[in-house]
Amino acid sequence: MMREYAMTALKAIASLLLVANYGLLLIGVMVKIVARVHGRFGPPVWQPYINLAKLLSMRTAISHGVMYYLGPVFRLTGGIGLYLLIPVVFGSSWLGNFSFAGDLLLVMYFIFFGMLGMALGAAESGHPYSAIGVMRGLSQNTASELPFALSVIALAVQYRTLSVTGIVAAQQGGVLNWTLFTNPLATAAAMLAFLGMMGRSPFDLHLAPQEIPVGPPTEYHSSYLFMMSFNRAFFASAKLILFMDLFFGGATSIPQMIVKTFLIMFWSVFVGVCFPRYRVEQSVRWFLKIPALLGVAAVLLQML
Amino acid sequence: MTDDTQKMPKHRSPVPEEELLSGDSFLDPAEEGLFCQDRPEPVSPSRVKIVRDFCNWAQANSVFILAFGTGCGAIEMRPLFTARYDISRYGMFPRPTPRMSGLFIIGGYASVKTIKRIVRSYEQMQAPKFVMGLGSCTVNGGMYWDSYNTIKRLDHYIPVDVYVAGCMPRPESLIAGFARLKELIRAGKAEGANRYAKDFEWYKRNQRRIITDWNMPEHNW
Repeated sequence: MMREYAMTALKAIASLLLVANYGLLLIGVMVKIVARVHGRFGPPVWQPYINLAKLLSMRTAISHGVMYYLGPVFRLTGGIGLYLLIPVVFGSSWLGNFSFAGDLLLVMYFIFFGMLGMALGAAESGHPYSAIGVMRGLSQNTASELPFALSVIALAVQYRTLSVTGIVAAQQGGVLNWTLFTNPLATAAAMLAFLGMMGRSPFDLHLAPQEIPVGPPTEYHSSYLFMMSFNRAFFASAKLILFMDLFFGGATSIPQMIVKTFLIMFWSVFVGVCFPRYRVEQSVRWFLKIPALLGVAAVLLQML
Repeated sequence: MTDDTQKMPKHRSPVPEEELLSGDSFLDPAEEGLFCQDRPEPVSPSRVKIVRDFCNWAQANSVFILAFGTGCGAIEMRPLFTARYDISRYGMFPRPTPRMSGLFIIGGYASVKTIKRIVRSYEQMQAPKFVMGLGSCTVNGGMYWDSYNTIKRLDHYIPVDVYVAGCMPRPESLIAGFARLKELIRAGKAEGANRYAKDFEWYKRNQRRIITDWNMPEHNW
């Protein structure tokens, strides 16, 4: 029994190590792509690793209280929890991760969980820009969750299951079995919601990197910022893998997973470098129009 | 371009008793407890050489910049982030808040009003932190040498690691300054934060001599 538990833990750790490195490299590659579009060289693809090492090597850190400390911990917990519930490679003993009936609901909760933790932590830092950033982020995420939730409901009705592994299993046997072809409306709604969930331009106002109101992380530094930056590797790749599982047939090998998730991420990068930023009220309205209507249509079609 | 890592101002003298920090707070009572009021303490780098070298390497290759556009020099910083100069290839990125940043660039002359904000922002940064003085105004006052409300030597108020002289220095000079700063960080010589903590009274006395309306926390943020 103990041996089984130890093996499960080892597999989970190996899976986490793989996705952490994949996520960091993916972030580095995307930064490089955006820089090339701008006509710049951009930082090296391994820059995220150096940034993490630098944040860990900071000598001082201050705390604003317990919740301030717990904010990044919740965020990292949300990222790791989200990842561990999603099958990365279908049928793999170590990259299949954990699954149980109804895990899709927990996955959707984990997507929001980190943001809520950050809201509590950022609020305790007492910085007004943190509060503004959290308010903007939660508004936009709530709006982008709506089309995504509608499309997940459509999928649950279509496949008669709330298990991510079950949904992946139902899509095996050929490209035409993918949700992309069997339920294009739900896929369209979710891929539009995906743009908001990735927090890239035109939906990156709440993060507003490099500007004065940087958002929730305004007061975070040193090892706190390390946890939040490290979480980006888990969170970004977990969301990509989730979308691959739900709409693009999952993956049966690591190279297949890499190609599919890269292309899904490239969709948000492509839109990001082409379109300027929305204000939050504009993006909320945008999500509540076409993407939400597509989601409603997808659900209604399944009900018929 | 000069660096100020080795030599400290020679005219530094013991702080007179009456000018020592009183410890009284000048803050609004409602704001008491909102700020960290601890005196900064020097934090030594790791004693293990390989760890120390690795930390210095990471610090040199990932620099978050807090650009303080005090004067005309700030206009020379913008092109650094564009396709023409692109300092992101050196691992240098602009960051909006002092908490996240490691390199403080003072973009030119600093008026008496501005030095207050400079001190405030510098103290919010976390160690190890580096300062770059941009333009002749930060070295010796430059063209504002006889101005009634402009400071002359920046390193009397906060420790400066690298000066980039010129009026104005072009972005190429700034990039040369960054290269010099990286050398200093790699060599473990950019210890401005520890100098500030060690000579805290001296810096505070200089700051207090020109900042008359001291409505800030006494020690730190």
